[in-house]
Amino acid sequence: MIRFRKGDGERAGLFTRRALLLGGAQLTLMSALAGRLYQLQILESQRFTTLAEENRVNIRLLAPPRGLIFDRTGQPLAINRNNFRAMLASDRGRGAEVVIERLDQILNLGEADRTRLLRELRRSRGFQPTVVRENLGWDEVSRIEFNAPDLPGVFIDIGQTRDYPDGDLMSHIVGYTGRVSDEDLAGRDDPLLQLPTMRFGKKGVERSLEDELRGRAGAVQVEVNAVGRIVRELDRTEGQPGDNVLLTVDLDLQRFAAERLQAQQANSEHKSGAVVVMDVVTGDILAMVSEPGFDPNVFARGISQTEWKELLDDPAHPLNNKAISGVYPPGSTYKIAVALAALESGAIDGGTILSCPGFIELGKIKFHCWWKGGHGGLNVVGGISNSCDCFFYQAAQRTGVDKIDEMAAKLGFGQVSALGLPGEAAGNQPSRSWKLDKYNVPWQQGDTFNLGIGQGYMTATPLQLAIMTSRIANGGYDVQPNLLLAKAAPREELAPPMPKLKATATSLRIDPRHLALVHEGMNLVVNSPSGTAAQLRLDAENKPIDPAFHFAGKTGTAQVKRITERERAMGITQEQLPWHLRHHALFVCFGPVDNPRYACAVVVEHGMAGGATAGPIGRDVLLETMKRDPSRRVDRFRKTASL
Amino acid sequence: MTSLSLGAPAAVGFGERLWRINWGLVLVLTLIAGIGSVALYSAAGGHFEPWAAKHAIRYGVALGLMLVVALVHPKVWLSLAWPLYIASLLLLVAVDVAGKIGMGAQRWLVVGPLQIQPSEITKVAVILVLARYYHGLSREQAGRLLYTLPPLLMILAPVGLVMVQPDLGTAMMVMLGGAALLFVAGVRLWMFLGAAVCAVGCLPIAWTFMHEYQRKRVLTFLDPDRDPLGAGYHITQSKIAIGSGGLFGKGFLHGTQSSLNFLPEKQTDFIFTTFVEEWGMIGACVLLALFALVLVWGFSIALRSQHHFGRLVALGVTAMMFLYVFINTAMVMGLLPVVGVPLPLVSNGGTAMVSVMFACGLLVGVNVYRDAQLPLAR
Repeated sequence: MIRFRKGDGERAGLFTRRALLLGGAQLTLMSALAGRLYQLQILESQRFTTLAEENRVNIRLLAPPRGLIFDRTGQPLAINRNNFRAMLASDRGRGAEVVIERLDQILNLGEADRTRLLRELRRSRGFQPTVVRENLGWDEVSRIEFNAPDLPGVFIDIGQTRDYPDGDLMSHIVGYTGRVSDEDLAGRDDPLLQLPTMRFGKKGVERSLEDELRGRAGAVQVEVNAVGRIVRELDRTEGQPGDNVLLTVDLDLQRFAAERLQAQQANSEHKSGAVVVMDVVTGDILAMVSEPGFDPNVFARGISQTEWKELLDDPAHPLNNKAISGVYPPGSTYKIAVALAALESGAIDGGTILSCPGFIELGKIKFHCWWKGGHGGLNVVGGISNSCDCFFYQAAQRTGVDKIDEMAAKLGFGQVSALGLPGEAAGNQPSRSWKLDKYNVPWQQGDTFNLGIGQGYMTATPLQLAIMTSRIANGGYDVQPNLLLAKAAPREELAPPMPKLKATATSLRIDPRHLALVHEGMNLVVNSPSGTAAQLRLDAENKPIDPAFHFAGKTGTAQVKRITERERAMGITQEQLPWHLRHHALFVCFGPVDNPRYACAVVVEHGMAGGATAGPIGRDVLLETMKRDPSRRVDRFRKTASL
Repeated sequence: MTSLSLGAPAAVGFGERLWRINWGLVLVLTLIAGIGSVALYSAAGGHFEPWAAKHAIRYGVALGLMLVVALVHPKVWLSLAWPLYIASLLLLVAVDVAGKIGMGAQRWLVVGPLQIQPSEITKVAVILVLARYYHGLSREQAGRLLYTLPPLLMILAPVGLVMVQPDLGTAMMVMLGGAALLFVAGVRLWMFLGAAVCAVGCLPIAWTFMHEYQRKRVLTFLDPDRDPLGAGYHITQSKIAIGSGGLFGKGFLHGTQSSLNFLPEKQTDFIFTTFVEEWGMIGACVLLALFALVLVWGFSIALRSQHHFGRLVALGVTAMMFLYVFINTAMVMGLLPVVGVPLPLVSNGGTAMVSVMFACGLLVGVNVYRDAQLPLAR
């Protein structure tokens, strides 16, 4: 036992020494821990605090409500409707595959949506959520809420979607919105546009007034947990809703014009055409119809591939706003511009008589008048009222292409107007330099002949015809078409401005006597028995009518296809041609004739004859406009503050 | 042969034994467990359920167990060392064969309502069996290579079984704890050097045995930037939590990283992070100081024991406590790769609590029976 104790003493000594060594080592390591704590919590504390905040706090932009659009009487054209959306947030797509798989089972996402979601999530930074599906029904919302525990990062969000109560009728003016594209972003650094839920104007006023309608972003600071679910809201700054706007359009007049345009083509294979009604003093567009229209609500809720293809393949081109994008040879309606050019240049005066034997020969080519027998001798008033081609061949020849171009430019041809709608065409006002550039051939006499009757290379949009008519009607003022009547911040009162009575645009410096001659010619087109549109006279059908509603106009029939000598000899009628080869029917008019206020331009595609097809539409629409007199009346404005 | 009567001091009464229990140490352990409950209360978002209340109750039960263990005579443990060790090995085998899959590794055995983690029992069993072995050896014997082979086997057998599970944390703890015991028991220093050389040589082999997620953890530890959102995510978030706590912390229940679930396993392996985010460096230092006090107590008990078995048990327990604390905290602070080691008495978990308190019972028992005469049974 003593031996044992002695042995124990030896090993106890060793134990003590080594235990102390071990203790020392442990002490050193514990100090290392303290040192690490000091490094993390004191030296680098600031950095980690910032990182923790970034983890926790998420700034989310709030999309402001888009501005509402009304017509000039306060009827809603574009409003916002609540839209239940399923949103998904995840940190750079981590764990998203499983969630998307489950969402697919609930919502039937489909392959395309799944890949889009995954791509958007991988791209998004810091839990910025992305849209899974919009316009959810109640059952879909409840199924998602029911399965919420299995769907980390998924939440339901109430957004807004656009609703167009008079979709088809106003489709070309109001347009529609869609997802923000890369082109939309160009030149705009509004952070709002980065929001996946954001919508951007694609067509019509939605596009041209995009920056007014959009509003300013609000922001909400939220605390999120590790799967991106919002735990609570820390701070909220409300955004500024977009401006509400009143358009110059009178919805009821627009409806009247559209129905009138459709009714006139009741027997036609396709119903295609445009009507523009303009205030000649203010330039307000009171109606702008392009038939056929389309339903912009389809775009708002997301258009399907087949719906899109259907719209594209329609031979009547419903997506095309023919009032501003459709270009047609103006035909005889252009003669009033040629007449003004001839008078202003001094090539003719009010007394100049030009003869019409039925055709004019230029070298070997015969230029026919539409009236084979010939009109005999005519002055400018008679030339217009009879729409004599020979008169204008000679008038144009005397004036020369340069002077015609000069006047045409004053009247708005060959250029995009100040209307601002996307997709407006400039038409073509041919000139010497244009032809040389385009065909490398100098301008010919024959080209001037064709230009004299608004054919050949000459093209214009219905809007340009309305602008020309307005500028002639208002006494030669440079009026510009305009769609925006008034705008106001959301809580401000939205009301139309006081009516304007006199043109404030700059004068085009056209001699009033020359304008009076053209007015007289246009008056006789309608109001003399020999006029080309005498059947349109308001009291022609023995209906006594207030002389205050008398109007003046000019018919036009534009060739789509050149009539060959053989066809002329065979006497082929327009009805015998296929629809797409028939003449376009045009009509421009203004009224009241004594104190012009409204101008109207009508184009019926392949309508065959201006006086017979386009004329009645122009007359009825203009008469309706004069009766309603929207420019001078504000009392019809309906308060819409509740919207 | 009995030496109980030979020059032995007067028999110590039960009251005296109770008095010898290190009540100060008990108080420190209770404070640590209290901190555990506070941290778990916060980890549950300010609720006693599901962790904090159970943790407190579990500690109460484990404390009772510890006091009972402390009052059991060391000769009982001496005789139970081998049976316990063998049993723990069998349990490890059972886990490997029929263990429940959890967290990508087999660690639990389900016995009725209990989930037993045999690797926790192993840690204590290895201490006991090594202490018993060296209790019977003289200093000279302990220094010889031949006598070092059996304890090496005693250590490596459970290490191998634990590695298979795979539980890198426990393997590391048993290995390092065993090495500490061998060191104080008198194994020659050159043998440690040799073992270290061998270990480095064996690293490539160990690498091939590792699971994919373990390799990832090691690689991530060596270069945290290689996968900041994958395996490195946990460590990054943990460092953010600790660092953002600063000197004074964000305040009780105001830790954002843990309450918003940026921390993984916030109630178990990362409980230190949860606590430190809210209590700052001051809280961290208090907690580490309490653990340091436990270690100091452990060393003093080991040095005062008059029998070798007691010395070795006390030191083994102390080393185990140190390894627990060091590996866990160094891991959550990004100093060591992520291996599954809980923070004793603070992390949520039943088996670890019981095994740690059992070990502490052994430690206190060494003090209570510091003058016991133990037979040199071989």
